[in-house]
Amino acid sequence: METNRRQFIKVSAVGAGGLAIGLQTLSWATGSKSESEPIGIDDVKGPAQNRYPTYCEICFWKCAGWTYTDENDNILKIIGNENDPHCNGRLCPRGTGGIGMYYDDNRLKTPLIRKEINGEQVFEKASWDEAFDFIAKKMQKIAKEHGPECIALFNHGSGGKYLGHMLKAFGSDNVAAPSYAQCRGPREVGFIATFGSPIGSPEPTDIRDTKCLVLIGSHIGENMHNGQVQEMSDAIDKRATIITVDPRYSTAASKSKYWLPIKPATDLALLLAWTHVIIEEELYDKEYIEKYSYGFDELKAHVKNMTPEWAYGITTIKPDVIRKTAREMANAAPAVIVHPGRHVTWYGDDTQRTRAIAILNALLGSWGRRGGFFIPDKIHLPKLKTPKYPKPQRTWKDAFPGKFRLAELALSSGICEATVPTTERDCSFKAWIVYGTNLIETLPNQAQTLEAIKNLDLLVAIDTMPMEITGYADVILPECTYLERYDDIRTSGTRYPSIALRMPASPPKYDSKPAWWIAKNLAEKLGLGEYFPYDDITEVLDWQLKQIGSSLEEMQKVGVKTFDREYDDIFFKNDEDIEFNTNTGKIELYSTAMLDEGFDPMPVYTKHPEPDPGFYRLIYGRAPMHTFSRTTNNPLLNDLMDENKIWINPKVAAQWGLTTGQEIWLKNQDGIVSNFPVKVRVTERIRWDSIYIVHGFGHTNKKLTRTYGKGVSDQKLITNVMTDPVMGGTGMRGNFVTFLTEKPSEEEMKKGNPYFNKEDSVKVGKEDKS
Amino acid sequence: MRYAMAIDTRKCVGCSDCVVACQTENNVPVGFCRDWITETVDGTYPSLELEIRSERCNHCDNAPCVRCCPTGASHFEDGGIVSVTHNECIGCGACVQSCPYDARYSHPEGYVDKCTFCLHRVKKGDQPACVSVCPTKCMYFGDLDDPNSDVSKALRHRKHKTLAPEAGTKPQIFYLT
Repeated sequence: METNRRQFIKVSAVGAGGLAIGLQTLSWATGSKSESEPIGIDDVKGPAQNRYPTYCEICFWKCAGWTYTDENDNILKIIGNENDPHCNGRLCPRGTGGIGMYYDDNRLKTPLIRKEINGEQVFEKASWDEAFDFIAKKMQKIAKEHGPECIALFNHGSGGKYLGHMLKAFGSDNVAAPSYAQCRGPREVGFIATFGSPIGSPEPTDIRDTKCLVLIGSHIGENMHNGQVQEMSDAIDKRATIITVDPRYSTAASKSKYWLPIKPATDLALLLAWTHVIIEEELYDKEYIEKYSYGFDELKAHVKNMTPEWAYGITTIKPDVIRKTAREMANAAPAVIVHPGRHVTWYGDDTQRTRAIAILNALLGSWGRRGGFFIPDKIHLPKLKTPKYPKPQRTWKDAFPGKFRLAELALSSGICEATVPTTERDCSFKAWIVYGTNLIETLPNQAQTLEAIKNLDLLVAIDTMPMEITGYADVILPECTYLERYDDIRTSGTRYPSIALRMPASPPKYDSKPAWWIAKNLAEKLGLGEYFPYDDITEVLDWQLKQIGSSLEEMQKVGVKTFDREYDDIFFKNDEDIEFNTNTGKIELYSTAMLDEGFDPMPVYTKHPEPDPGFYRLIYGRAPMHTFSRTTNNPLLNDLMDENKIWINPKVAAQWGLTTGQEIWLKNQDGIVSNFPVKVRVTERIRWDSIYIVHGFGHTNKKLTRTYGKGVSDQKLITNVMTDPVMGGTGMRGNFVTFLTEKPSEEEMKKGNPYFNKEDSVKVGKEDKS
Repeated sequence: MRYAMAIDTRKCVGCSDCVVACQTENNVPVGFCRDWITETVDGTYPSLELEIRSERCNHCDNAPCVRCCPTGASHFEDGGIVSVTHNECIGCGACVQSCPYDARYSHPEGYVDKCTFCLHRVKKGDQPACVSVCPTKCMYFGDLDDPNSDVSKALRHRKHKTLAPEAGTKPQIFYLT
């Protein structure tokens, strides 16, 4: 049966012996020297060592830095580039620990193709040519039988652009990134509906100069979005007020003047009550609202009854605290930021919640103002001229007629859903190319993801590491790490335009290749070589850079180049006339676009489900030393944090008789059990109705030798998805877990557990050759 | 000259960049560290306080590790930096036991290792690696005898404390509170 053929293979290449290179410690400094001094690399190699510019790929903040190497191309350390507006010369722990990604001996080392040998599915080592042949033939067959639109790309990371270009040239524009519908999508739609402009990345928040920073569940400092963390520190130095709304006493909460320990899932009620106070007490920026906004009277009427007393009953935040914090914001205005957050797919009404955040910022007049939100500026690099893309006959949206029309980007979850055939759809997706994103741990509802994967004719995974998704692939292509490759020039917008170059500091280890090369060579196999009219990416980079008065040679020397803004328009001028990109040309407190699509033009609080007795809301978040599920095997970062722990309030722990360090299993409202046990951390820092775990642990791929089986995966326990009707975001905070103090039965472990296969794990343990 | 460090607990988020930067700068083997993060939670939900500290050798004026070293491997460098001469160290571990801050570890190669304030960098006029990378700029390093040094200025303007002052070691890492 076609649908049964795709078992998970824990990447073990048959006939690929001798690939493993043990590197237990990153012990590279070998020079002899006076023993009384520490062996710092500067001393080992002296001043002649090389440094190469790069920008970090460990997360999306893309901080620019320098990779230092010794004379043998050994990578020694990475230090931030002082001229980089993303990091100001200071990388975060992940950036500093980025070399661990390069040295990780678990890396994918060679192309692999799924084969069936003696009834057993294995990955067989292949040449790049064989791998491209295999993929191209399958893609062409799918295109012939179902149309090229049935192929989708999921991507996260710099190289996704090249693969997207290849796929569009092939005739499909189904290019999705989980960073949209699983992360920041709702806030972009919410801010577009209000200001006619998305937030984008990095966020244009002027935290450095703010007088009041309001965080709604945003845990800056634990999410290590470097520039923001740096600026929050500057703001603390300048004695800015921080107000943090979080059921958990986060690091940011501990730095706050006001911590509002809100009942989870009620943030919208608090935001509306703040809006009420600011309007009723006439604390809003009257000139700004008068000049720039649309629908103030409607908003005033809308929030009339949404008093702090009303919100108290919902949020458990006392009315006087709501009033006091609203006044604190107004006192700081316009130098106030009600932060839009980043991962905001929580309860399915997330676009409306971020709309409420946008409306508050509008009332406070902080959009376009110093200490609020600035207008970012960026360099636009000319694109290399290539033939026009063929026009796709269908897009992912056709699978959802009339739905999610305000989504401006493709939905990963939508493509996943539309891969499972139904009677209503004439064509489902037949092939996925997955680049740099571990969909199994990224998309909620793993059972659906696996059901979709079963229905694919082709799954290509491109990654640096064996991940859960690579185990399901037909073809695995090993990408080299960012320290071993060129990529597109970074041009993201900040206070002033800047560009940054990434170049290799060392040749690729093993038989790994950069994404541009993979895309180009696959395109050539598909007969689309004319879309990649160059031999080496450096030709393109040099040409692009020369168009803006720089060159590859210059960028290799400086790494980062900054430019002055063309206009003095980082903030609105007093009384400046501004046309906002909305239907009315105004800041829409009352959203005509939302109304047109049949949604509430102003946010309305709705009650969300609460946990049954004995269950606790599953809240997940980030740790500063890890990015998603992709860094937990990095030897340096794994050393800092090798497992997640479940935070449990002492009252709850006492009821259950749990103690810190005890291992328990988790079971969610749908009877899904965690893959592994997790250690308890009894702490006052979490509410009694919730538990907290850091996302990204509980890896099930044994090839990740450091992180396999350590901690639990929150994603596995997220089976209840609250879909945002506005743009399709997957709300993931409506899941509840209970504790199992004994190891669950096999029966229980198997339920909804794609990985639970006892025989398989024994077998892999034995024949694990690679 | 007296080298010292002041660390602002109001700004530190405990990201551990100081830990990794030290490891890559000083070739500390994976599994060991010369600096680390500690967090202390006080109170009951929701009246809570959290202090996060980046900790390391306190380069004590009255250092028990130097006093107890049988070979003289543990010694003071200029500026009061407590240092270990690796090839004079017999790995007996007396210093490890004597340190009230648990700041020393036994290196797999048989000697005891610890923070050096990145003496090799400081000699060239650079900041210690941990200070130079910290995203929150919460660490101030310098000479206490110089009133204009970063550390002197930080201590002059802010309340501060040291760890385990009762041990009488006269630690030179100060925490701004």
